[in-house]
Amino acid sequence: MTINPVETPVRTAPASKGTPRRPRRTALAGTGLAAAVVLLFLAKTTLGDVVVPLPALAAILRGETVPGLGFIVMEDRLPAAAVGLLAGAAFGLAGTLFQTLLRNPLASPDVIGVGYGGAAAAVAGMLLFDLQGAGLAAVAFAGALAVALAIHALSDSGRHTGSRLILVGIGFAAMLQSIITSLLTRTDVRAAGEALHWLVGSLSGSTWERAAVLGAAVALLLPGCARAASTLRILELGDDAAAGLGLNVRRSLLGLVVLGVALCAVATAVTGPLSFIAFLSGPLARLMCGGRASLACSALAGAALVLGAELIGSNAFGDTDLPAGVVTGALGAPFLLWLLVRSNKRGNGG
Amino acid sequence: MADMARLEARELTLGYGSATVVRDLTLELPAGEVTMIVGANGCGKSTLLRGLSRLLRPASGSVLLDGRDIHARPAREVARVLGLLPQSPIAPDGITVRDLVGRGRYPHQGWFRRWSAEDDAAVDRALAATGTAGLAERSVDELSGGQRQRVWIAMALAQETDLLLLDEPTTFLDVAHQVEVLDVITDLNRERGTTVAIVLHDLNLAARYGDHLVALKQGRIVAAGRPADVVTEELVSEVFGLPCRVVPDPVAGTPLVLPLGRHRTAAVAG
Repeated sequence: MTINPVETPVRTAPASKGTPRRPRRTALAGTGLAAAVVLLFLAKTTLGDVVVPLPALAAILRGETVPGLGFIVMEDRLPAAAVGLLAGAAFGLAGTLFQTLLRNPLASPDVIGVGYGGAAAAVAGMLLFDLQGAGLAAVAFAGALAVALAIHALSDSGRHTGSRLILVGIGFAAMLQSIITSLLTRTDVRAAGEALHWLVGSLSGSTWERAAVLGAAVALLLPGCARAASTLRILELGDDAAAGLGLNVRRSLLGLVVLGVALCAVATAVTGPLSFIAFLSGPLARLMCGGRASLACSALAGAALVLGAELIGSNAFGDTDLPAGVVTGALGAPFLLWLLVRSNKRGNGG
Repeated sequence: MADMARLEARELTLGYGSATVVRDLTLELPAGEVTMIVGANGCGKSTLLRGLSRLLRPASGSVLLDGRDIHARPAREVARVLGLLPQSPIAPDGITVRDLVGRGRYPHQGWFRRWSAEDDAAVDRALAATGTAGLAERSVDELSGGQRQRVWIAMALAQETDLLLLDEPTTFLDVAHQVEVLDVITDLNRERGTTVAIVLHDLNLAARYGDHLVALKQGRIVAAGRPADVVTEELVSEVFGLPCRVVPDPVAGTPLVLPLGRHRTAAVAG
């Protein structure tokens, strides 16, 4: 059997009264999230050390020259907002894919070490081979995929989707962190400083070129996500039921893992590992949709989280600019603890 | 029933890793009938069903669907002919009954063919056949065990297959719900002519609801045939290692197995 005891309490949980009608709730949540993303995007482009009034923003977007403000908007804030939006969506999709696939909210790539696989490979690429852009993304993808496949193999070909996989993943995360640290201590201080800055995760280095690389990658992967959504609907009924409905379970699992790893890796290569976005987006979207996860809502939730974190980091602490990754880490850690406590109460602690 | 899909196993050997569970087994499901697969715990009956439903690849031998190797055919094509209700399917959190039953239409959809009026009609038929139409908008989490099991059967029915395999569909249900589930399956068999195979651990219900009964022991078929011919005191003693009396079921006329334990068997003690 592929069913493990971790899910049993969920399935036999006592009736929750008054379940909301789903499609309307999902549409409502999606609209709300999309509106939040638009607002945060606008806020990111207008707020900061220099406030850009909306009429000036409109003028800049029309291509008029606005002295002083034009450069800040076009070369700094807009690319950062675009990268934040795309990376957040990619992290959100990757996290929800993994969490749904492995039927465990703890199984997001940034918790189970897949993200660290990408980060370690990227740091090695940066420090040892001076890689950037698409090359860096490819290396991050290879590293993340290698770790994902290793975790899969060590947790008995994915048959243990519960605690064992999570523990193997956390073991990998710890090992990879030490590899990253050793890489950092072996290189010269200036290069190490850059890599360290990247490792925190931030949008400050965003350029149009990076936004374009990320945009192209996400656009390429989106059809896969549409397909994944319909596959996940069947796969979430359990491997046996899915196979009975004519789904090739092994092939689908592999395809979904590669897709999730690719999304996570391209975003990581551009922004650095923005901690906990992949982990938070799915549960946040689920909360808003009334208990049912939707990939589109998760993507929007991820984008909103990254833009919100960036906005807080660059505006809430006076003269100090905190990178988005610091803010997401500070948000995500308490949530992780809350999830652990809650799942332990339910008797299914990952 | 000449045009019904036929499922057979030829010299089928199944196992997990190096442990062989089903050995060299040949079996054909009688078309249009309900076949009950019975046997002691660990005899391989669930493994046999996994093999028949292509969840498990044979170590040797083959499973043939309409004469062709089931593993050589596209998975979706098989799923349009052969439905399966596994032992513990997972109901996603918060899913409604109608949504869950609708997922049974998956093999009928494709890249370009999305949800259609025909799918809606199939879901309605499945809900009606299982008496769950009134629950359609309810969340599956809220249902009782018996209702939930009927909903899962409805999902398998929405698949609209000629063949349906069920792995212990009455486990964890009280006796009223066990009978209810078996009645629904019998309706399906009588009204649509669906060929059904059920792994069941209740020998008396198997004898009552089965047209055909297959008894397994250590991965081999010990006896197969009409329950009235097959279920005897000798067979039960061989398959389950249990001394018993077999009397005609006063309700259905089928064989009724009355176990002889070490205690409370006053009537036959002397």
